[in-house]
Amino acid sequence: MQLYLPIADIPINVLLILAMGAAVGFVSGMFGIGGGFLMTPLLIFVGIAPAVSVASVASHIAASSFSGALSYWRRRAIDPALATVLLTGGVVGTALGVWTFTLLRNLGQLDLTISLSYVILLTAVGGLMFWEGLRALLRMRRGDPVSLRRSGSHSWVHGLPLKMRFKRSKIYLSVIPVIAVGLLIGFIGAVMGIGGSFILIPILIYWLRIPTSTVIGTSMVLTLVTMVIATLLHAVTNHLVDAVLALILMVGGVTGAQFGARAGQKIRGEHLRLLLGLLILAVGVRFAVELVVRPADLYMIRETGGVAP
Amino acid sequence: MIRALPIIAALGIGMLAPARAEQLIVSVSNHRVTVTPNYAGEELVLFGAVEKDDKTPPGRNNYNLVVTVNGPRTDLTTRRKERRFGIWINTDSRQFLQVPSYLAVFSNRPMDAIAPADVQRRQQLGINNILLTQRVGTDYADVVATDPFRSAFVRLRKEHGLYREETSAVTFLTPTLFRTSIPLPAEVPIGTYDVEIKLFADGALISKAETAFDIVKVGFEQFVANAARNHGFIYGLLTAAMALMSGWAASIVFRRD
Repeated sequence: MQLYLPIADIPINVLLILAMGAAVGFVSGMFGIGGGFLMTPLLIFVGIAPAVSVASVASHIAASSFSGALSYWRRRAIDPALATVLLTGGVVGTALGVWTFTLLRNLGQLDLTISLSYVILLTAVGGLMFWEGLRALLRMRRGDPVSLRRSGSHSWVHGLPLKMRFKRSKIYLSVIPVIAVGLLIGFIGAVMGIGGSFILIPILIYWLRIPTSTVIGTSMVLTLVTMVIATLLHAVTNHLVDAVLALILMVGGVTGAQFGARAGQKIRGEHLRLLLGLLILAVGVRFAVELVVRPADLYMIRETGGVAP
Repeated sequence: MIRALPIIAALGIGMLAPARAEQLIVSVSNHRVTVTPNYAGEELVLFGAVEKDDKTPPGRNNYNLVVTVNGPRTDLTTRRKERRFGIWINTDSRQFLQVPSYLAVFSNRPMDAIAPADVQRRQQLGINNILLTQRVGTDYADVVATDPFRSAFVRLRKEHGLYREETSAVTFLTPTLFRTSIPLPAEVPIGTYDVEIKLFADGALISKAETAFDIVKVGFEQFVANAARNHGFIYGLLTAAMALMSGWAASIVFRRD
């Protein structure tokens, strides 16, 4: 079933895109992540221009994170105060990200930047997550007590000024690192076309020591708002959001996510982290191989605007 | 915008070169290709006839035809990757200025059998002889056909079916009646396409004609594309609203708690 995409300007197979949306949605529901880091490369792989992919995936992530955020809200697993502070940084970061995106596109280095940041971020985060999951698993085998939260061990982060009480997370923390984290996630999210929760969640848990119970729901709120803003900004500045493509992705994505979430509850947390680490690592390595191996074609053509006046 | 011109040409038949002995009468099967949701490329047919008059040398039947289809012009940049610090990155690039986004050359026999090299160059017969202006630093020029950037550019466009050259695509049904098909792959850009038909005999140009066709988005496709370009903010808001709606709908449909 072919359908012509009005912005991407190519015909695509609806069922293929729907299946891709569902598969990525399944993974995102299972691990509680947005799945943008899988969706964007897949779209580029089927022939959609990288810039259109990044811009359209933003709205797709907004849809799946809104669906997730709603169910976390009902379970009171979202910290509104923490979300607000994160967003302060997130909004600024997203705007900076879209601006950088436009700049890089004009310089002709957008593709390289996207590939490089995928390699660095994904291999680093994936590797860490895999390693951590493996250690947790080995500890469990040996029967050692699992102590993820070493309470009392304060890092320099907890000595920063401007402290604030986040009631629902039951934590007393400076707003400076929280805003900085929001800024970072908003920025890389807009440039790379990812929600960034796969980076945000580890940072919140391991660095800021925010309890796991509110982390996933709160990070979904950040993802939701930054991706809505990214959609708006990409639509205004680059005119590259393909609403038809986004809609197909959304329908597949939100459906897949529900089944993924159910499957995820049947798997142990340690195994889940190990699997997610492996998945992220695999995507990162794939990008690395592409950069290092001699490309099949050394030349590439890109439209540089300027339709005859 | 000179939109009126191709439309007049598109009104049917292009006739030119009044002072010559032969006249070309041509038409394409469809002057307005519409892009609909199930659009996946199309094939047009160009047909025409050579009309002789009393000035035509008697018994002249050795006609040769070259048909050139030019898509809407645009700037395209060709980039070359090189290995730097162990990874392959874009280093050198050339900008091709106002070159046809689609270019097809069809003839009834190889160019060398139609006209001598100097005529080929002057009449821009074949992709190798068609002017593709490059910006090299501050200079604007076309380069030799063997230039690595030019040949890579043409090769890549050919791989996507956007540039093509076929020297046996024009068929003469009778000595004066001819037809050729113009394949348009799904990726062809929207816009006005100019078709130029040149008639040769004994290695010299004796007549030419022009016609045109448009590829246009209609209905929903046009609406979405226009909205995205002209009303970016509202378009973005609607897309975001659509995202929220589908997320909300999913959480209702699949609600478990």
